[in-house]
Amino acid sequence: MTNSEYNRYKDKAFQVFGICCTFFGLVVLAIFLVDILIEGMGRINWEFITSLPSRRALRAGILTAWTGTLWILVLTAVIAIPLGVAAGVYLEEYARKGRLSNILEINISNLAGVPSIIYGLLGLEIFVRQMQLGASLLAGALTLSLLILPIIIVTTREAIKAVPRSIRDASFALGASKWQTIWRQVLPASVGGIMTGIILALSRAVGEAAPLIVIGALAYVPFVATGPMEEFTVLPIQIFNWVSRPQADFLINAAAAIIILLFITFLLNGVAVYLRYRQQRKVKW
Amino acid sequence: MRKSEKIIEGLLLLSAVITILITVGIIWVLLSESISFFSEVSIFRFLTEKEWTPLFADKKFGILPLVTGTLLTTFIAIAVALPIGLTVAVYLNEYAPGRMRQIVKPVLELLATIPTVVYGFFALTVVTPFLQSFIPGLAGFNALSAGIVMGIMIIPMISSLSEDAISAVPRSLREAAYGMGSTRYQTAFGVMVPAASSGIVVSVILAISRAVGETMIVAIAAGQQPRLTLNPLVPIETITTYIVQVSLGDVPHGSLEYKTIFAAGITLFVFTFTLNNISFWIRKKFQEKYD
Repeated sequence: MTNSEYNRYKDKAFQVFGICCTFFGLVVLAIFLVDILIEGMGRINWEFITSLPSRRALRAGILTAWTGTLWILVLTAVIAIPLGVAAGVYLEEYARKGRLSNILEINISNLAGVPSIIYGLLGLEIFVRQMQLGASLLAGALTLSLLILPIIIVTTREAIKAVPRSIRDASFALGASKWQTIWRQVLPASVGGIMTGIILALSRAVGEAAPLIVIGALAYVPFVATGPMEEFTVLPIQIFNWVSRPQADFLINAAAAIIILLFITFLLNGVAVYLRYRQQRKVKW
Repeated sequence: MRKSEKIIEGLLLLSAVITILITVGIIWVLLSESISFFSEVSIFRFLTEKEWTPLFADKKFGILPLVTGTLLTTFIAIAVALPIGLTVAVYLNEYAPGRMRQIVKPVLELLATIPTVVYGFFALTVVTPFLQSFIPGLAGFNALSAGIVMGIMIIPMISSLSEDAISAVPRSLREAAYGMGSTRYQTAFGVMVPAASSGIVVSVILAISRAVGETMIVAIAAGQQPRLTLNPLVPIETITTYIVQVSLGDVPHGSLEYKTIFAAGITLFVFTFTLNNISFWIRKKFQEKYD
C-alpha cells in the first residue's frame, strides 16, 4: 500500500467513524425516548394527572407536582425576566467600557458556571433562613431566578447587540431620549431574541430538581398550593422520589411523569426555536 | 437630561449590580457556614482523613471519598464525551454536507435540554441493566453507568463549542492544506484541530466543570456510599449527592451535620470556580491569535 493510498484509507475510515459518532447521540436519544414511552404511556390517564400523591403506586398521581411546576414557572418568570432584561439593557446600552463593566462581565460568566446545587445552598441560607420564607414556592422561585439570571442577561445582550446603530441614531435624530429610544425602538426590535433566551432559561428552571431539594421542597405534598407562601413539590422532585423507590410500579409512575415533564420542556424549547426562526426570517436590516 | 431618565438608569444599574450581590452572597454563605464547621473539625482532618461518615455515630470528616467519587464519575463522563464530541465536531465541519449539519446540530442539542433527573432514570433503569448483562459484578448503583450517561449528556456541549472553535479558523488555512494535497483527515487533524486547540480545550474544561457539579444523575444512579476507590463498578458518593442526601433527611439547622453540606459545597465551588477561570483565562489569552 502506498503512502497516499494509506492516507485515503485513513480518511475514509474516519468518515465512517464520524458518522457512527454523530448517530450514536441520536440513536441513544431515540432509544431513550422510545423506552420511556413504552414504560410510561400506559400509565398516563386523566386520573394520573388529577390525583394527589399516594403511598400506593397505582393510586398516586401528579396533580401537586405539575401544579407546583406551573407555579414555579410563573413566579420565576415574574422575578427573573424584569431583572435579567434590565441588567442586559444596562450592560449593553449604558455601561461604559471600564473597570465596573469588566467586573460585571467576568462575574456573569462565572455565575453561569456555578453548579445549580450551590444556588440551592444560597437559597437555603438567604431565602429560607434569613428572610424566613421557609421551603415555600416563593423561596424556590427566587432561587431558580438567580440560577437563570445569567442566561437571560447574556441572551438579552446578544439580541440587543443585533439591532443596528442606525435605528438608534434615527431615533436620537428625531429628538427621542435615550430611554425612549431603548423602550420604543431597541427593545421592540430585539423582542424575538430576548423571548427565545427567556423561554430557554425557563425550560432549564422547569427541569431543575437539585436546588429545590436543597432548599427543602418536599416529595410528598398532599394538597394543591393556593398561594406563593405554601410548601410545594415539582415534577422533577416527584420523579426523583419515585425512581428512588424499589417497587417496579413506582418506576412506571416515574416514566409516566417523565413523559409529562419532557412534554413541557420540549414544548418550551419548540416555541423558542420557532421564535428564533421567525426572527431570523423577518429581520433584514 | 430629565430626572426620570436618571431614575431609570439607576434601576437598570441596580439590576446589573444584583449579579455581583449573588456572587458575594454565594461566597459569604459558603464561607460563614464552613468557617464555623472548620472551627469544630480541623481542615487537616477534613483533607486527610480517608472516611466520610458525618451521619453515623462514629463521625469521620474526610472529604477525600466524596472527591474521588466526583472525579471518578467526571473522568468516565469526559472519557465518553471527549472522543465522541470532538469527532462529531470535526465530522460536521470537515466532512458532513451542509444540510446534514443544519439538521443534526439542533437535534444533538436537544440532548442538552433534557432535565438531568430524566437522565438519572435512564442510567438506573436502562444503562445499568444493559451493562450488567456483560459485566458480572456490576452493582445496581455504580459510577460507571452514571458516568457514561453524564458523558452522553455532555456530548453536545463539547461538540457545539468545539465546532464553533473549528469554524472560527480562517478558511485560508484549510485551503492551504488542501492545496498541498492533504486529505480531509490530514487537514482536520494536522491543521484545523491544532489551530482551534484553545477553543477545544475551553470546551473540555467547561464540560469537566459541568460534570463535577452535576447532581441528579449521580444521586439516582451512582449510589450513596462514600468510598475511597477508583473502582467504577461499585456504589460511590459524589459531593453533590451528599448534599442532596442530607437535604432529604431532617438534619437540624445549625448542627455539625448541617454545616457539612456547606463544607462540601465550598469544596465543589472551589473546583468549578477554578475550572471556569482557567477557561476564561485561556479564552482571553489565545482569542485573537488568528484574527
